[in-house]
Amino acid sequence: MVSTFSALCKTVAYGVSGLSTCYCLLKFGCSLGKCEDVSMEPTIQDGDLVLICSFYVRHLLLQKGDIVFSKSPYDPRSVICKRIVAMEGDTVFNNEKGLAEYVGKGHVWLEGDNKEASVDSRYYGPLPYGLLISKVTVRLWPPERFGFLDFSRSTRKSSS
Amino acid sequence: MRWMRQLVRGTLLFIPPYMAFNDIFFSIRTVDGVSMQPTLNPEGKNTDFVLLDRWAAANFQFERGDVVSLISPKDPSQWLIKRVIALEGDQVKSDSCFEEDVNVPRGHCWVEGDNRECSLDSNNFGPVSYGLITAKASYILWPPSRWGKLDKLAIAQGRVTTRENVDRGKVFFGWDS
Repeated sequence: MVSTFSALCKTVAYGVSGLSTCYCLLKFGCSLGKCEDVSMEPTIQDGDLVLICSFYVRHLLLQKGDIVFSKSPYDPRSVICKRIVAMEGDTVFNNEKGLAEYVGKGHVWLEGDNKEASVDSRYYGPLPYGLLISKVTVRLWPPERFGFLDFSRSTRKSSS
Repeated sequence: MRWMRQLVRGTLLFIPPYMAFNDIFFSIRTVDGVSMQPTLNPEGKNTDFVLLDRWAAANFQFERGDVVSLISPKDPSQWLIKRVIALEGDQVKSDSCFEEDVNVPRGHCWVEGDNRECSLDSNNFGPVSYGLITAKASYILWPPSRWGKLDKLAIAQGRVTTRENVDRGKVFFGWDS
């Protein structure tokens, strides 16, 4: 009876620990994400499965040109997927409003690759860095478009 | 040797649940800075420990007058603790040099320190997005003389024009999604 009980305790302890380890790996390391909007076409299309790594954001390793998941500033429950076009201290030309904007301290400027369909910093200005969730590193699915999404093309001219 | 192995194994088993619990439910932190005097750190030393309720913040369960912790919009590695003054849709009288009325946009709130002379808050950087709020500070744990719940503080009359009857999440100013 006693041995059954201790075995049960052990199982519960290992189970809880294992689940928490999974949670921590997904939360602080890498996890999967699904991009469900058209604002990053053609790089990421609607319904693509991507690998997202949050430690890039946590340890401030982001650079211009990276694709990130971020919380939407006006709707905290929804997540947006955009490319970092400028970081703090840069000046960006906002061709939607037709003026140059300065990206303040601790902020980033996000834009989608699909300029027509994307609602991004051109409409609501620079976003605080704290809203970023994780960096998109690998496009996993569909398999024919598998590829690393590294610093490749920053489509915007931004003068620093 | 056996007890050492057990100790190491126990620690290894304990760390992930601790981290997950801290991230999902509650965590404990010291308060640094004087911006929340006299509620927190009244002697000016960094002595106070507060219990942060992360679950409440993840579900946006905070109201006007609650103390919350947030990531600074100016510096992502900095951690602030402030009081919520106005929620989305409200109109608040800014306390900065301009003394103007500010409409708090959708998904944003207005936060201020209790110590108005010495606080970097929404009067400097404007309304902050809900997404930056990491936790609600619900209890003072240390020092024991001030142990207890962190109360809501009534906000000065006439500063905030609240909009209670508005369907939250559907008010917005300027920008239409």
